[in-house]
Amino acid sequence: MNTLFYISSAIAVFATLKVITNKVAIHALLYLIASLLSVAVVLFILGAPFIAALEVIIYAGAIMVLFVFVVMMLNLGKETILDESNMLTKKMFMGPSVISLLLLAEIVYLLIQQSIVPLTMKMIAPAEVGQLLFTKYLLVVELGAFLLMSGIVGAYHLGEKEKLVHHRFLKTGKDIA
Amino acid sequence: MKELLWLIVVLPFVGSLILVITGKKLSRFTCVVIGVGSVSLAAVLTVFVGVDYLNANPTGLPYIETLWQWLNVDGLSPNIAFHLDTVSLCFIFVVTFVGALIHLYSAQFMWNDEGLKRFFIYMNLFVGFMLTLVLADNMLLLYLGWEGVGLCSYLLIGFWYKDPANGYAARKAFIVTRVGDLGLTIGLFVLFITFHTLDIQAILVAAPGVWPVGSGIALLTALLLLSGALGKSAQLPLQTWLPDAMAGPSPVSALIHSATMVTAGVYLIARTHVLFELAPVAQATIAIIGAATLLIAGLAALNQHDIKRVLAYSTISQIGYMFLALGVGAWSAAIFHFMIHAFFKALLFLGAGIVIWALDEEHNMFKMGGLWKKLPVTFWTFLIGAASLSALPLITAGFYSKDKILWLSYASDKGSVWLWLAALAGAFLTALYAFRMVFLTFFGETKKVPSQKPGLLMTIPLLVLAVLSIIGGFIELPGDMGHFTLFSDFIEKTLPVTLSSAPGHYIEFVFQLVSAIVALTGIVTAYFYYFNKPFPAAEPKRNALQQFFYQGWDFDLLYNTIIVQPIVFLSQIDKDDFIDKFYTALASLTLLLNKILSATQNGMVRRYALVLAIGAIITLTIILYL
Amino acid sequence: MSIGIEQGMLLAAILFLTGLTGLLVRRDVIFMLMSVEIMLNAAGLAFIIAGSRWGQADGQVMFLFILTMAATEVSVGLALIIQLFMKFKSVDTNKANTMNG
Repeated sequence: MNTLFYISSAIAVFATLKVITNKVAIHALLYLIASLLSVAVVLFILGAPFIAALEVIIYAGAIMVLFVFVVMMLNLGKETILDESNMLTKKMFMGPSVISLLLLAEIVYLLIQQSIVPLTMKMIAPAEVGQLLFTKYLLVVELGAFLLMSGIVGAYHLGEKEKLVHHRFLKTGKDIA
Repeated sequence: MKELLWLIVVLPFVGSLILVITGKKLSRFTCVVIGVGSVSLAAVLTVFVGVDYLNANPTGLPYIETLWQWLNVDGLSPNIAFHLDTVSLCFIFVVTFVGALIHLYSAQFMWNDEGLKRFFIYMNLFVGFMLTLVLADNMLLLYLGWEGVGLCSYLLIGFWYKDPANGYAARKAFIVTRVGDLGLTIGLFVLFITFHTLDIQAILVAAPGVWPVGSGIALLTALLLLSGALGKSAQLPLQTWLPDAMAGPSPVSALIHSATMVTAGVYLIARTHVLFELAPVAQATIAIIGAATLLIAGLAALNQHDIKRVLAYSTISQIGYMFLALGVGAWSAAIFHFMIHAFFKALLFLGAGIVIWALDEEHNMFKMGGLWKKLPVTFWTFLIGAASLSALPLITAGFYSKDKILWLSYASDKGSVWLWLAALAGAFLTALYAFRMVFLTFFGETKKVPSQKPGLLMTIPLLVLAVLSIIGGFIELPGDMGHFTLFSDFIEKTLPVTLSSAPGHYIEFVFQLVSAIVALTGIVTAYFYYFNKPFPAAEPKRNALQQFFYQGWDFDLLYNTIIVQPIVFLSQIDKDDFIDKFYTALASLTLLLNKILSATQNGMVRRYALVLAIGAIITLTIILYL
Repeated sequence: MSIGIEQGMLLAAILFLTGLTGLLVRRDVIFMLMSVEIMLNAAGLAFIIAGSRWGQADGQVMFLFILTMAATEVSVGLALIIQLFMKFKSVDTNKANTMNG
């Protein structure tokens, strides 16, 4: 189990690194999907099969596909790729890398301080999750429903094409485009 | 009848008040009637009250009329009370009588001016305050009148306020006299602390018992009171305001700056004579200041080309004579000269006013000439006034008054031969500049024809004052012309007799002869230099010394350099008011923060994320290590 | 020997920081959104690890909600990106910056 964990975490980290250093959007998205899949494996190892499945289905399957659709719709051409390659120099990565490494150092320091607590890796069945959802976290489920509803409505409205607003007294004969 | 003393003071105030309250509703004629009538009524009342008083108190006991108690604070309880004795009777006679004549004159002089009502309001107010000053029973009421006349002087000098130069002259007058008033105020403080009362008679009675002769505190108080007198009477070193005060209308100059307000200092010193006698150094200072001033002003008057400035310097010079008399202890001579000076100086100013008015505001004597035929009444009265000023022997009143001072400056116990020589030189200068003025203005070729002739209202005051300038002196003949000392007997009921260890009448006659010759010499010199001589230029060519005299011995320049410039410099240092910055610091800080923080809202999203990350690092660091 | 919680957290931290770096570096708005997704995923992973440590399902419930939120956010965000693209004709955030700062 441990080796599997380490291998998949290595793949996840590598894939994520490739995501952020990519010039082409589609390639980055594909790498992201690979990262998500490896994270799903890790989740499975940690004893959350339900969540691992959800990660694959929803995260990698719906959200990333949505991303791919939009990127394809935008149809970014070669100029964008050139721009990106101009910008992604080693110098650009320096500042943020420093910041991230600082943060990483702090987190590592925190983690070292404590004694190693082993994970139980108990397989938690989906029934248990469902039980919690319907009793302890019921309110949050409802709020999540609100959130999704607002997301749908918002996305619909934001996706509308701009209409030329004209008052009926100002009709000139040239009609709507 | 003498119970109506209070009415004399109240009448001008009432006149002023009526004119203020009724606004624009009265016609010009009514305003003039009220303005002139109030002061004339006060003058008539003065005659009745004076006669009644003299009949009731032949020995000169003062008559005190208390109206009410002004305030009562911790031992300071002055009353509104009027104190009538021979000195104040003399003063109120001059103030109301000459004042009434000048009001009559200004009825016609200011008739076409749009500020006619304002003029009479201020003039009546001034007469009211001056009467308060001379009739005051205690120092606080005197100080009230003192400040009031200063205020009215400011208002009247800057009467034509639309010209900023007039406002500047008014401010200069007020500020310079204020310097003197500060000394007077501190003197009042010292008097109150020592005597616990400000009642003048009480102080004068108690002073010799409290302060020994020549003590330091008496000297200090005397010098403080003297500084107030110097400011109001325009003597050295506070004389710079009077020539500039000629920016006001001529009736103002006649009333305030020749006859009445500038003599308030003389009145003050005469009133508190006991204090000055207790400090001989102070009294000697008065004499020296008087002598110095009369010379300085005489030389300055000789080099002026503006007719009113000549008269202004002449006033300073003549008040120097009065101070000289006070300084040598010749109290009644000083009062006598005050009265005669009021007559002829008011006459000269009114005449000069007519000349300026007739020639359409032409002040420069070198642009006038040949007016003796065109303005005959003005010419003859002006000539009489100038003769009186020059102390023309025997026929003019000025001779008697000035001669008395000249004699006593030598013969008095506190006099000296140097003072007499200074006064004699001053007499020469006086005659010289007076007749220079006459010859330049009225003789020679006519450079400008008068456009209007003075009417009856303007000539009657001139005639009355001219008559007084001649006969006014006959009430006090000198010792060697018979012993008719009506006036000094009158005054010496209140003020001390002048101590004089004079050798005798023969010496006095020699002195009179010398002063008469000097005066005539001055007139003849003026004749040679200025009679019918052509003066084409607007100003005479002056060499450096004359230019120095012309600028009033550059006192303005001196004060500007040593007082005004440093103050302006110091205020420029604090121009942005750094103390104020302590209070605006909060506002400035807020604005600064606003500027800084609004720079962070630049719409660059990645920069926001960067700041977030940095913030996370900092927060973690703090949590870890603290 | 089982995996310690620190190693799991370390993994989550590395993924999160990688996402953060990507957010700071990229100028393209699509890539920024992708980096945000990476970060969200890493945070959810941390939750699961924590839940596994205690052997309770609470961590998984949390991850569910994070997923919900991520889905909503992505849909709305992509719609916005489309509008942005329509307006500015590019996905460069610098070009969309009209504030004066």
